Amino acid sequence: MSVLARFAVTTLSAVPAAGAWAAQSSVNLQTPVTAVAAEIYDMHTLMMIICLVIFVAVFGVMFWSVFHHRKSKGAVAAHFHENTMVEIAWTVVPVLILLGMAYPATKTVIAMKDTSNPDITIKATGYQWKWGYDYIKGEGEGIKFVSNLSTPQEQIQGRAAKGEHYLLEVDNPVVVPVGKKIRMLLTANDVIHAWWVPALGVKQDAIPGFIRDTWFRADKEGVFRGNCAELCGKDHGFMPIEVHVLSAEKYAAWVADQQGKMAATAEDPTKEWALAELVAKGEQVFAANCAACHQADGKGMPPAFPPLDGAAIVQGDKAEQIKVVMQGRDGTAMAAFGKQLSDTDIAAVITYTRNAWSNQTGEAIQPAEIAAAHN
Amino acid sequence: MSAVTPDQLHDDHHHHGPTGLMRWITTTNHKDIGTMYLIFSFIMFLSGGVMALTIRAELFQPGMQVVQPEFFNQLTTMHGLVMVFGAIMPAFVGFANWMLPLMIGASDMAFARMNNWSFWLLPVAAILLIGSFFVPGGATAAGWTLYAPLSVQMGMGMDLTIFAVHIMGISSIMGAINIVVTILNMRAPGMTMMKMPLFCWTWLITAYLLIAVMPVLAGAVTMILTDRHFGTAFFNAAGGGDPVLYQHVFWFFGHPEVYIMILPAFGIVSQIIPTFARKPLFGYASMVYATASIAILSFVVWAHHMFTTGMPAATQLFFMYATMLIAVPTGVKVFNWVATMWRGSMTFETPMLWATGFIFVFTMGGFTGLICAIAPIDIQVQDTYYVVAHFHYVLVAGSLFALFAGAYYWLPKWTGHMYSETIGKLHFWCSIIFFNITFFPMHFLGLAGMPRRIPDYALQFADFNALASIGAFGFGLSQLIFIVAVVKCVRGGKKAPASPWEGAEGLEWTVPSPAPHHTFETPPVVK
Repeated sequence: MSVLARFAVTTLSAVPAAGAWAAQSSVNLQTPVTAVAAEIYDMHTLMMIICLVIFVAVFGVMFWSVFHHRKSKGAVAAHFHENTMVEIAWTVVPVLILLGMAYPATKTVIAMKDTSNPDITIKATGYQWKWGYDYIKGEGEGIKFVSNLSTPQEQIQGRAAKGEHYLLEVDNPVVVPVGKKIRMLLTANDVIHAWWVPALGVKQDAIPGFIRDTWFRADKEGVFRGNCAELCGKDHGFMPIEVHVLSAEKYAAWVADQQGKMAATAEDPTKEWALAELVAKGEQVFAANCAACHQADGKGMPPAFPPLDGAAIVQGDKAEQIKVVMQGRDGTAMAAFGKQLSDTDIAAVITYTRNAWSNQTGEAIQPAEIAAAHN
Repeated sequence: MSAVTPDQLHDDHHHHGPTGLMRWITTTNHKDIGTMYLIFSFIMFLSGGVMALTIRAELFQPGMQVVQPEFFNQLTTMHGLVMVFGAIMPAFVGFANWMLPLMIGASDMAFARMNNWSFWLLPVAAILLIGSFFVPGGATAAGWTLYAPLSVQMGMGMDLTIFAVHIMGISSIMGAINIVVTILNMRAPGMTMMKMPLFCWTWLITAYLLIAVMPVLAGAVTMILTDRHFGTAFFNAAGGGDPVLYQHVFWFFGHPEVYIMILPAFGIVSQIIPTFARKPLFGYASMVYATASIAILSFVVWAHHMFTTGMPAATQLFFMYATMLIAVPTGVKVFNWVATMWRGSMTFETPMLWATGFIFVFTMGGFTGLICAIAPIDIQVQDTYYVVAHFHYVLVAGSLFALFAGAYYWLPKWTGHMYSETIGKLHFWCSIIFFNITFFPMHFLGLAGMPRRIPDYALQFADFNALASIGAFGFGLSQLIFIVAVVKCVRGGKKAPASPWEGAEGLEWTVPSPAPHHTFETPPVVK
């Protein structure tokens, strides 16, 4: 691999690539923006060079032999079949080379594991198929939001031109200040996901029921994108990660803005909503949380993802539906939304499903009913 | 046993068993069973190939065009399972059945009836596996690794897969026991262990690996089954379990499994290189020790598949060092092959082309393996196309190329005819060129940040994906050339002498071509 890779790296990087991703190499690791990612980048380059040298040496000998020691060229076979000194040499020399490789790698492993003394701690929770973020310590404490893919379905299905950041864009990006040590706590709600941002040199599995941590300190402002890196079901390819690294001042402004918004949208849980209001709000909640499986037309994708249009559970006893939405269904992809969404959102989305498509129950579910169901 | 009459003795020399279909269903002959293994594995190889081409068709361009994401995941999962358990492993068992008794001078495998049973379990497992596409919910879409808790969420296709894995595991264990007993007990007089052809050594070690790890896989999937249906919580934190436990158990099987699929390939290549270099294998003893070292090390490296699960630093370091060590015995093997070629008198008939291609391309997979062993680099490339490229370089260019090398090498012995060198060489050159067009760009995709197992991707990955898809279709079509080569060879062609290769040594070349139905009824004496 080495020869061609190096060749390709040199030739392709010499070609001035066009387009918005020109800054990123398309044949090598992404440009690192943390010290750890830079160490990994350099270690990979070093390994490539060592492998290239071995490659040239071994296959130089082999191809020399292939071209010269041919019967058609009159070569007569020698009869040697062992040589203790040579065999010891090609066992010991690789061990020494490996020791040389292990030394920098060990230092980086230890650095990657040092999650002590963070400036800000953020918890990321993997859901099928989106990320939830809670700023749990440091500047911005208390901020929480859910981050969904923002690429429209029209682009994915080929009905609209694909945008610049196709499949790598979200509605609510993670925002962090430059130069601060960010500790990420990773967990998941349903199956295993993995939080991966290549430029930050961070990839950590998010394991349901457990919390793992990792960290990064971005040296540069900018927008860095990544993906879920562990197969997590149907929409594994559609839950990207977008991290905005801002200056300290801009970060402070973002925090103030978020906190202001959260105060403004904090809903009065006792408010009585009109049916039309709930349906309008519920439609948005449905599009963001439910449509991936149950589909915008409510037809689902049976049998894995059952339809809601005309479904008994949606037209029947509302208590049963509230229970399923809040607690999920074990052993299926139906998640427990009780802790993911606000009571108002749950009330709205249930109301919507009971009054959308051919379901016309005319019932409005109030947030207070959801609050009661929590107990 | 009752007294042997001259009549019965006569029977031993002529095959009077059932004919037609019943011959194949009831056969206990190692050559018949070997043939059935090889045909079965090739059918599975084509089935898995169709899945791969559907995957590549979807990935030809960004956006969803050919299949839906859920079905895409079923395809990636089943492609892996079918290729690993249906194609590569049974193909090597087919070679073992055909060649081991011929190589050690035994009249048949030790347990001939069990041999029949271990083959006929496989079609049953294959029907369960392929049939799972047609049950409600479709096949399992949890990846060939079947990670919990995703595999717990799946429909009944998952249960069928679990049973298929159980059945294939039983088949593999029975096959492995048969191979161990045959090699240890049935060698011809004078055939000491250290005189055995290397293929026998690599299979002996592989068989021990199979016996050690197939039960572990069976345990892992059984735990999934009980988590799914019987209320256990092995992999559910809410019940006191741990999803990562599954990964530990699976990879304790999975890493030795990697060597199960490559060690017999090393054996085949070690037979072919000396033949066409007309020179004895360099470092026979060190080849045996290197194979054994790889097998032993394979039990202590499993967690390098799990560097991103968040293990403590000390654990990461242990598994990183142990994994790096594997480069040493693997390097010894490559050096020995090159030293065997050195100052030989080489010709490049089709088997030698495949074997040389194997060394060249497999070693690239070895280099990327070493790069993946470095834990910090692995954390960047884990679950990306870089890993996809790596394991296809060792599994396709490694195991599969060695299988083709062996097939062309022994086809004259099996059929009694020489295959067409023109067709064989065309098959080789098409395969190696399209293989590299398919998988080489995947290194770049992985480094640049494309995750694996995704049905759609960001725009910067479009060019290399289109290239890989074109290569994949070329590679897939190239395999049809192999069918032509084999069918032509079976139906006719130049008559093959007992030993068609000038430099070939070994007992298998002392029997006529095609090898008669019964061979070595009187054990040969090896000096």
